[in-house]
Amino acid sequence: MVTNSLKMLLVMACTLGLMVGCATTEETDMGDEGTMTDSTSGTETGTAGGTGVTVSDTEEDPAAGIDTVFYFDFDQSILKAEARSALTAHAAILKNNTDSVRLEGHADERGTREYNMALGERRANAVRDFLVLQGVERSRIETVSYGEERPAQLGSSESAWSMNRRVEMN
Amino acid sequence: MRHLVAINCVVAFLVVVFSSPLYAQLEIVIDSGVDDPTPIAVSPMGWSGEPLPEDISEIVAADLRRSGLFAPVSRSDMLSSPKRESEVYYRDWRLLKTEFLVIGNLTRNPAGNYRLEFKMFDIFAERRVLSLNIEAGPNSLRDIAHHVSDKVYEYVTNIRGIFSTQIAYVEQTDKTYRLMVADADGARAKMIFQSRPDEPLLSPSWSPDGRYLAYVSYETTRPAIFIQEVATGVRQQMTNFKGLNGAPSWSPDGQKLAITLSKDGDPDIYILDIASKKLSRPAPHWAIDTEPAWTVDGKGIVFTSDRGGKPQIYQVTLASGRVERLTFSGDYNARPRVSPDGKTIVFVHRDNGVFYIAAQDTTTGIYRLLTPASDDLDYDESPTVAPNGALLLYATKYRGKGILAAVSLDSGSKFRLPSKKGDVREPAWAPFVN
Repeated sequence: MVTNSLKMLLVMACTLGLMVGCATTEETDMGDEGTMTDSTSGTETGTAGGTGVTVSDTEEDPAAGIDTVFYFDFDQSILKAEARSALTAHAAILKNNTDSVRLEGHADERGTREYNMALGERRANAVRDFLVLQGVERSRIETVSYGEERPAQLGSSESAWSMNRRVEMN
Repeated sequence: MRHLVAINCVVAFLVVVFSSPLYAQLEIVIDSGVDDPTPIAVSPMGWSGEPLPEDISEIVAADLRRSGLFAPVSRSDMLSSPKRESEVYYRDWRLLKTEFLVIGNLTRNPAGNYRLEFKMFDIFAERRVLSLNIEAGPNSLRDIAHHVSDKVYEYVTNIRGIFSTQIAYVEQTDKTYRLMVADADGARAKMIFQSRPDEPLLSPSWSPDGRYLAYVSYETTRPAIFIQEVATGVRQQMTNFKGLNGAPSWSPDGQKLAITLSKDGDPDIYILDIASKKLSRPAPHWAIDTEPAWTVDGKGIVFTSDRGGKPQIYQVTLASGRVERLTFSGDYNARPRVSPDGKTIVFVHRDNGVFYIAAQDTTTGIYRLLTPASDDLDYDESPTVAPNGALLLYATKYRGKGILAAVSLDSGSKFRLPSKKGDVREPAWAPFVN
């Protein structure tokens, strides 16, 4: 839900940024951009600097800006403080809509694959249980574990592992 | 076995490259063999036709070398290349200190079938010890070669050879996963199933007749267990439960799968009757129970459980539901497999953050590490024992890449099968099929 509109905004921001960079914008192009902006009922600002593109999203998606990836310590499925505050905010929003939520649990590469599958599920369940405690109906939440099969970051370093022990919400 | 004992580090460093246009082939790198391998000569086979696509004698020599128990004589050192018994002069081979000589003569009949007359001689006893005619179809030169290797190996070691067997494994390039089946030497790799991007495949398990593979696929956006007939590609989805659907292990009678499900809460071992799809749960527990493997008699299941706080290996007796803990050393022992004679369980053991393959005697409980510590090979996992019980394959990492490696259960010989492309992992050694 969040990711898609973000991607869309990013694309538009890039395009806008490019056009600003060129400073030879044709009006018809601007018209097209406007239509797209209308269709997502949001506004966006984009800058194309030397280091890339930044996007600030002020559209009405209330969950925008709240973390959707939650990280865990090694061999743990205990929610960290940042995750709890983000999830509290998500829960407040979810109680006001009917969206369903998919929680994907992941583990780092260390250890056996099917055991890591179980660890990934434990993490996804920890996030689910927190949302349920906050009042979100359990039936709206799907949990899926990918174990160590879909790392967010490749490599065998502590930094890669810490990025891979996670639950992704979408 | 005639020549056993201590490891001789990096005795031979040999690379045999197999070519195939389609998928990544595995190449064999031999790390070490026993320190006194049996010298053997495999004379180039006689053949009087157009050049053949495969060199049978080379394949036999490579098979025997890879086992770590043999030291094949190089062709350039041979003083003669006999094709028939009448051309064998024992003195020539004694000079080379060869203990055995393998010769053969290949012909092809009008239907295109090959026939190999193969003989083996004991050089010191000066007598013929094996004589066999092998016939096979037009595309079966490698099969003929592996059959010869099996006979030679069995004569010398008294252990059935595994050169004619197959292995399954998972290969990943980018975000695509492929289930592969190849000869035990990595050659003739064939794709069995390919995933769409980001839909993992894992945990292949052979049926005891070697006709089917059970495995986990995410093609339904969630994990589900599938069975696939290898020859036809016909697939059947076996499970679609909420939560985990994983770790299939085929029962010795071929009728059931032990699997992991979490549909009732925490992950537990379930037994799925394949024909009726009926489920039973032999040992429910609130902890993580997973990675089941059947005992040889089919009366028990060994599995990983963290019911004691850390993953350890347990065994449940199915008739009584009684559960017994098997491993006590270290804080991580997982994913057990039982050797074909039932005397050993092999599993993953963690020590100081390093993952090894360990073997434990099921009677005495004594365990030992089969794989060595090294800076590069710190992630040994997924052991699978060859059907003759002499060798095991496992997955590890080499220079950041997932590869397969093998070690003999006496840990005397080792070799690696690195893939040229992508990561390979989760080997599953197929049973003997005839």
